[in-house]
Amino acid sequence: MGRGNLGGGFALLILVVSSIYQAAAIFHPISDSHRSAALDLFTPVHHGSFSSSLEEAYEALRTFEILGIIENKPDVGAATCHTVSETFRSTSSTSKDLYHASKVNSILKCDVDSKVFEGVVSRLQAAVSDAGSLLDFYYSIGSLVLIKDRTSKEDLHLVDAEGVFHSIKALSQSDGRWRYSSNNPESSTSAAGFALEALAGVVSLASSEIDQSMIGTTKSDILKLFDSIEKYDDGAFYFDEKVVDASDHQGPLSTTSSVVRGVMAFAAVASGSLNLPGDKILGLAKFFLGIGIPGDAKDFFNQVNSLACLESNRVSVPLILSLPATVLSLTKKTPLEVRVNTVLGSNAPPLSVNLVRASNSGSKGASIIENQELKFDPENAVYILDVLPKGVDVGKYVFVFEVVLHDSELKKVYVTGGQTQVPIFVTGVIKIDNAEVAVLDSDLGNIEIQKKLDLAGENAVSLSANHLEKLRLSFQLTTPLGHAFKPHQAILKLIHETKVEHIFMVGSSGKQFEIVLDFLGLIEKFFYFSGKYDMQLIVGDAVMENSFLQALGNVELDLPEPPEKAPRPPLPVDPYSRYGPKAEISHIFRSPEKRPAKELSLAFLGLTFLPFIGFLVGLLRLGANLKNFPTSAVPATFAILFQLGIAAVLLLYALFWLKLDLFTTLRTLGFLGAFLMFVGHRTLSHLAATSAKLKSA
Amino acid sequence: MVRSTGNDAQALFHALRSAYAATPTNLKIIDLFVGFAVCTALIQVAYMAIVGSFPFNSFLSGVLSCIGTAVLAVCLRIQVNKENKEFKDLAPERAFADFVLCNLVLHLVIMNFLG
Repeated sequence: MGRGNLGGGFALLILVVSSIYQAAAIFHPISDSHRSAALDLFTPVHHGSFSSSLEEAYEALRTFEILGIIENKPDVGAATCHTVSETFRSTSSTSKDLYHASKVNSILKCDVDSKVFEGVVSRLQAAVSDAGSLLDFYYSIGSLVLIKDRTSKEDLHLVDAEGVFHSIKALSQSDGRWRYSSNNPESSTSAAGFALEALAGVVSLASSEIDQSMIGTTKSDILKLFDSIEKYDDGAFYFDEKVVDASDHQGPLSTTSSVVRGVMAFAAVASGSLNLPGDKILGLAKFFLGIGIPGDAKDFFNQVNSLACLESNRVSVPLILSLPATVLSLTKKTPLEVRVNTVLGSNAPPLSVNLVRASNSGSKGASIIENQELKFDPENAVYILDVLPKGVDVGKYVFVFEVVLHDSELKKVYVTGGQTQVPIFVTGVIKIDNAEVAVLDSDLGNIEIQKKLDLAGENAVSLSANHLEKLRLSFQLTTPLGHAFKPHQAILKLIHETKVEHIFMVGSSGKQFEIVLDFLGLIEKFFYFSGKYDMQLIVGDAVMENSFLQALGNVELDLPEPPEKAPRPPLPVDPYSRYGPKAEISHIFRSPEKRPAKELSLAFLGLTFLPFIGFLVGLLRLGANLKNFPTSAVPATFAILFQLGIAAVLLLYALFWLKLDLFTTLRTLGFLGAFLMFVGHRTLSHLAATSAKLKSA
Repeated sequence: MVRSTGNDAQALFHALRSAYAATPTNLKIIDLFVGFAVCTALIQVAYMAIVGSFPFNSFLSGVLSCIGTAVLAVCLRIQVNKENKEFKDLAPERAFADFVLCNLVLHLVIMNFLG
């Protein structure tokens, strides 16, 4: 049994390792769940308009427009249009306000007087020529482009398009990233997106064609920018800022969204093709789809808007292969369905889907299906493999699909990403045979009682055994194709009347599963509890459709009396209290030491002065005097300075005790010590000289 | 027997006192200083015996300050004493300078330890 467990564990390890190795993720295009999420996320707040700010209103309207649900919201138009025309009329609105107003106007097509536009255009023209930073250019040029589209004024041109192009291009860096302004040395990836969008606007506003060499250098900038793209393991590509500035870091979604908008806008207006690698475009689409449904309105807009850019771009349109269900049932004979859509979920051009190969993810290399073309069902726009081949048994498989476009011209327009790996579960009913439970004699293994079990139905066997006997449970599991089947879980549970549970893993050899409980060795584990034990059998697996938890009946155990030091069963833990709040911790502080009475301490303080007084009295009685103190001016000064120096050092020590730290004290002490040394030397040598004179005299 | 012992002791004290009277005044001052320091230390020890040694570092630094000063003063006395031939060449001023320096270092440490 031990070896069986070990083998099982090893097989599981291989399974886990191989599933990590084949990290295949399925990306689903935008679907109705996105639409309902959008309706929840963007709800009108102010009298039928989306928000106080036009930027948020635009994000909501644009999302609805892309998802095709704007018709459901006719009530938002009037109030928002009022704000738009007020913004256009007001002379104090900045180019950023005008930009968002133009954006909203481009969707709602508000009724704005053409004279108002003329004033706005002249203000924006002035703003372009005065612009100092990238965002100034971005907003004013963006507004001009939108107004040109809206009013279809053919004569709306930038005054000096090449000059503006040059001044924006001057902010670009050698690695394809851009700076926000000329006095800001930090370059940024999202700034590249803004710059490219602004440049695209300049190109479309230019009265004559922009110099092709400048377009060419911008294209090579874009290619350099794509060199710095980053990658996830599941094949998704994204952009992120290299220098993460905590103050206004936007995250990879907003950065990638900005770059995609910029690149696609530039590709739309620039003549000639932009040779971006198709797998990176597809990877960007996978990045946006891999986010799922964001809970934040800004993220939602960035995701949907970028996907819309990718949906209709001129470089290459990504096609996404997705599966409605990755679980196939052998009993229900569910067909394998594959969809190929664009990122927003519209139908792909004529193409065929091939199943290149399918292999069991446990056993490498052995392919069960090879090169099979899926049938197209035009009604539902799905590709179907209706009959799985005979050799497919239950288990986990990896299917590899390939999308082939019929029209070779379309291969330049669409990118399918070569082969796509998809993990597939094939489930089925596992047959259970020869289930029986028996009580054996310990010495010879003779069968004393034997009961057949029907694991599909009800069981209520009643056995009895003592500690010298054994209990044996055995059954067989076979897959629909008759192979041995090893489930994730095969567990026998014994539950005593006192709710103490014991769990045993059932080992296997081939199809045969067997567990033998030798009660002699389990007495301690059972805490010497005699009595009735309920038996439960759990057999379960992800691919087993008839996984079960079955009560088998009970066994009456007769175990010996417990000795004195028998182990006690652990107290049952309430599973809810385990995750509930813990008891509050009451902090224990050390109780302060006992202090003596204040009077006693003060009395001793006075007492310490007594010896000092005694010392002074003694000095008087001895007739001590200051006759040796120098009398002439200079030595007397030095002597006084010496005394003052010592007093200063002692004062410093007192300060050290009260508030100073060691370093300050030592530094001051260094200066005082040098002074004291000098003065002391002078004083004492003078005294020595005086006494020597006295002696010699 | 007892009387003679008392007399002997009296005679001994008398001899000691008369011998000590011959000691130079500066040495007597130092002796007085040593006595003052030791008495201060003893008072602190008595205080500790009554109250307990709770801020033990404070008690230690107080006592060691007195004992250290006393020891240094004894050293000064040895060096200053004219009858000590060993330190004949050492000027008493130099000895006093050493005494001051050692005291300053000792009290720096004491202050650090006082807490």
